[in-house]
Amino acid sequence: MKRTFFWSFLLILVLALAACGGSAEPTAPAAAAQPGETTAEQPAEATAPPAAETAAQTIIIGFTASQTGNQNVPSTGQVNGLNLWKDTVNEAGGIELADGSKVMVDFVSYDDESNTDRVQELYTRLATEDEANFLISPYSSGLTAAAAVISEQYGKVMITTGAASDDTYQQGLTLVYQAYTPASRYLTGAVDMLESVDPEAKNVAFVYENSKFSTDVVEAARQYAEGKGYNVVLMEGYDPETTDFGPFINKIQDSQPDAIMGGGHFQDGSTFTRQLNEKNVDVGFFALLVAPPEPDFADLGDAAVGVVGPSQWEPQAAFTPDSASAAGLDWYGPLGEEFVQSYEAKFDGAEPSYHAAGGYAAGLILEKAIRDAGSTDPAAVQQALDAMNLQTFFGHIQFDTSAEAHGLQTGHSMVYIQWQKDADGNLVKEVVWPLEGATADTIYPMP
Amino acid sequence: MDFLFTSILDGLMLGFVYGLAAMGLTLIWGVMNVINLSHGPIISLGMFGVYLLFTFLGMNPYIALIFVALFGLLLGIVIYFVAVNRVIDAPHLSTLLATFAVAMIITGLGTAVFTASPRNVDYSLGSVTIGNATIPVTRIVAAVLSVLITAGLYLYLHRTRSGRYIRAVANNRSAAELMGVPSVRILALSFGIGTMLAALAGGLISTLFPFTILAGGTYELKSFVIGVLGGLGNPIGALFGGLILGVLEGIIPTFMPATWVPVLEFGLFVLILLVRPQGLFGAKKS
Amino acid sequence: MNSPQDSSVVGSAPKVSWREALSQNAGAYVGLILPLIIIALLTIWPTVTGKDITRESIFTIMLSIALASSLNILLGYTGYVSFGHVVFFGLGGYVGFYLMAVQGWSLWPAMAMGGLAAGLLAFLLGKAILRLRGGYFALATIGVNEAMRAFINNFEPFGGPVGMTLNFQVYRDYGGAAQALRMTFYILAAITFIVILVSYFVRMSKFGLGLLAIREDEDAAEVMGVVAPSAKTWAYVLSAIFPGILGVLFFFKNGSIEPVPAFRLNFSIEMIVMVMLGGQGTVLGPILGGIGYQSLRGYLLTSPLFKNIQLAVAGVLLLVIVLFVPAGVVGWLRNRFPVLRRILQ
Repeated sequence: MKRTFFWSFLLILVLALAACGGSAEPTAPAAAAQPGETTAEQPAEATAPPAAETAAQTIIIGFTASQTGNQNVPSTGQVNGLNLWKDTVNEAGGIELADGSKVMVDFVSYDDESNTDRVQELYTRLATEDEANFLISPYSSGLTAAAAVISEQYGKVMITTGAASDDTYQQGLTLVYQAYTPASRYLTGAVDMLESVDPEAKNVAFVYENSKFSTDVVEAARQYAEGKGYNVVLMEGYDPETTDFGPFINKIQDSQPDAIMGGGHFQDGSTFTRQLNEKNVDVGFFALLVAPPEPDFADLGDAAVGVVGPSQWEPQAAFTPDSASAAGLDWYGPLGEEFVQSYEAKFDGAEPSYHAAGGYAAGLILEKAIRDAGSTDPAAVQQALDAMNLQTFFGHIQFDTSAEAHGLQTGHSMVYIQWQKDADGNLVKEVVWPLEGATADTIYPMP
Repeated sequence: MDFLFTSILDGLMLGFVYGLAAMGLTLIWGVMNVINLSHGPIISLGMFGVYLLFTFLGMNPYIALIFVALFGLLLGIVIYFVAVNRVIDAPHLSTLLATFAVAMIITGLGTAVFTASPRNVDYSLGSVTIGNATIPVTRIVAAVLSVLITAGLYLYLHRTRSGRYIRAVANNRSAAELMGVPSVRILALSFGIGTMLAALAGGLISTLFPFTILAGGTYELKSFVIGVLGGLGNPIGALFGGLILGVLEGIIPTFMPATWVPVLEFGLFVLILLVRPQGLFGAKKS
Repeated sequence: MNSPQDSSVVGSAPKVSWREALSQNAGAYVGLILPLIIIALLTIWPTVTGKDITRESIFTIMLSIALASSLNILLGYTGYVSFGHVVFFGLGGYVGFYLMAVQGWSLWPAMAMGGLAAGLLAFLLGKAILRLRGGYFALATIGVNEAMRAFINNFEPFGGPVGMTLNFQVYRDYGGAAQALRMTFYILAAITFIVILVSYFVRMSKFGLGLLAIREDEDAAEVMGVVAPSAKTWAYVLSAIFPGILGVLFFFKNGSIEPVPAFRLNFSIEMIVMVMLGGQGTVLGPILGGIGYQSLRGYLLTSPLFKNIQLAVAGVLLLVIVLFVPAGVVGWLRNRFPVLRRILQ
């Protein structure tokens, strides 16, 4: 018996020692083992002009991803988008700088397990140990808020994607730039849309996930709706783990709204939709966050028909170099269909979700800023980002440069999709709002 | 009024399933004084069992339940011998941590294999309307099955030899051993039945709601509350505990914001632990 | 359980325990040497390497050490398993964060208030739930944590589900973000230092002996003259104050607070694991446990081989420890090498 004790203890001790070495020693094996094709050259001294040599330089971009935990799905989409962007840039030989040299892109990433505990440690590791030149945010507003502190501390520019809450950008940050439309403008378009399809509608019910992001979104939408003269007949939050929406549906039936808006994330949103359908709730207009734009939403079958959802981006989005010049903006990056094609080619035919497009867009924004700056110097890139005003396949990109909300996305706006049935009875996702980009008329009231 | 009726009906239907989910936890507690922290992940495994059999083999979910139950029984026996048997007489902390370690292993492997993306058993039997209330038939079936399984458990514990052994061990292990009850085997069997019930509950829940590999955690917490309501160690009491919880969840939101439900639930939980730790229906255990 | 709860039985402590206490006091501070050396090394290590990442890694480790050591005062000394101990971390963090973000307080008084709030909660709770024993107590603490999280989720002054965010301006008062993060590290080191001292002196005091007696057999301890209810309550309060203070510090550094990360049940369980790993009821144990656990997790998370199944690997290791080395590293060493007992307290 004693022997077993001894050996198991020895095993643990050895493992623990190895682990100590792993995280405390400056030459962490983990960092060395990262999948970098080229070892990072000593990054050009921050203030020195970019080296004139033509040998390919590599910049390192760091981020954490939620490989485990409850944000696993959207985070994976985001990372896929980023990887596609990296491959595209590197296949083209890298990003061209002012002196004609090119820089290649490499990633270093870690698992943040969808929780904030280690986000700061991991971002510090990225900023110092892995010598990342630039950072991309984790998925979700909460994790991004923690990472922003680190990016600010080490003077690293961070492009955020999948982090919509406004208040992160109202905390006096200077180096953090948001690719997404902020939460405050997430659902306001749905109110406009309702007004347009049914001027008679008066009563709106908000049923939403009781979490930071959804509450921010719905609070802004409620104020907007009340400003337009709507009655908010129900304002009810539900726990993120809710699986039974019975109590909420009963309340909805009791308050007789013309429209329901709200939701939270994918799982609760699809459950909510399914149960509304099972209970035959009669409502004309149903707009949900996050879930409807996901391609998997189609699994709900008939329950999905008529459901409206705000999306950061859709494959059908009608942004082209022509639309850019019509709006007096520069165009940059691939066309929407080019993005979709290369994404499907790389990921076995999977259709890109807007999280994936957001990931790609974050990379694209950084690429353009480096190109405009002509260097990888953070201050120059920061200036280029401040001055950025262009259109991409993802939409219009421009950042707030005021001291109060520096880095907040002001250009980009949401599109609204609705699930409809095509002539063959197949479910299809159509863009229905804004009208300029619409691919179909809104079905109202929903069946 | 209709509104209240519908809410209560909904709550009752769900309450039976909640009760079933808690039954395994409370059985294990009653027999061996172990709080099984791998309860939630095992519920998740039950969900995935039905999901996989239904999606990839096209098996009817209710038939799949049989296989899930067998799997749960075996898994529980394995867990007992690997993780619990050695520390069964150690202080509480050891069994808590041992079962928690099992939970970590299941969740870790589960996430690696299935990811945390939501799954859905796309199976419907239509719905029936009673007055203003519309109830999906799957919920009725789930409620009925829960009651049947509870009845089966009751008969098993009272009418069969091994069931009587289990009750004897729960009552007084050393006395039972003196009487010649093979206590280790009975403990393993009880643990197996406990996890079987958890897996069954998970399987039934998978026909009602979408889920992820992490979804069991919610039901584990609910099971604690239910177990305490019905009396820890009293598997049949769990069914009533489940009904109470289900009805509370249905009624509370009718007069206050639903986000207050967990505050009241867990407040009630702590209160009952304090004033009536044997549960609302439990007899006083010395 | 039979004795009246507020009876102030002072009773004469048996002489044996006095003599034991004395003999342990003779070697007085020997057991303190190793813990303090370790903390001191951890504190200066970032200066030695000059790397910020070292500081961040050690921040995580030291936070764990401080939390595990606080928990150990209750768990290790009295044997009461507080499964929801994170409630003190979260509540303290929330109170302090509210004072800083909304009321504009500076870090120091906010930390004091965070600790006070946690201590107060423990005092009120302790009176009630410490009557429960074994698994019932563990369950009750889980219930308290969940109820608190759900309550904060509904509590508008604390931002409800949205939580609160600290304006970056705040860090400028401390000399900028970089300076503020460095400062939090040294504050943490100081707190850890204090926690270790408290933990040591509690263990060596008569009060601590009373707690250990409760762990062995509560009813017998009461017969022997230990006023169990009040001793347990004070141990609970002591073990709650530091997590409250640390919560404020952690969320100050984090920059934002939300209900879910603040009251994460798994975090409490991790604290227990650390105490267990190192050896419950010892001063050195939680320190080794904190270092071992966090280094291991850090390694698994960033190792290309394990990062996809890191949770499962950690589970297997935990299981092995629980089954085969239940006394933890320190307990095992003490049993195996009695010579070391003096040093390994």
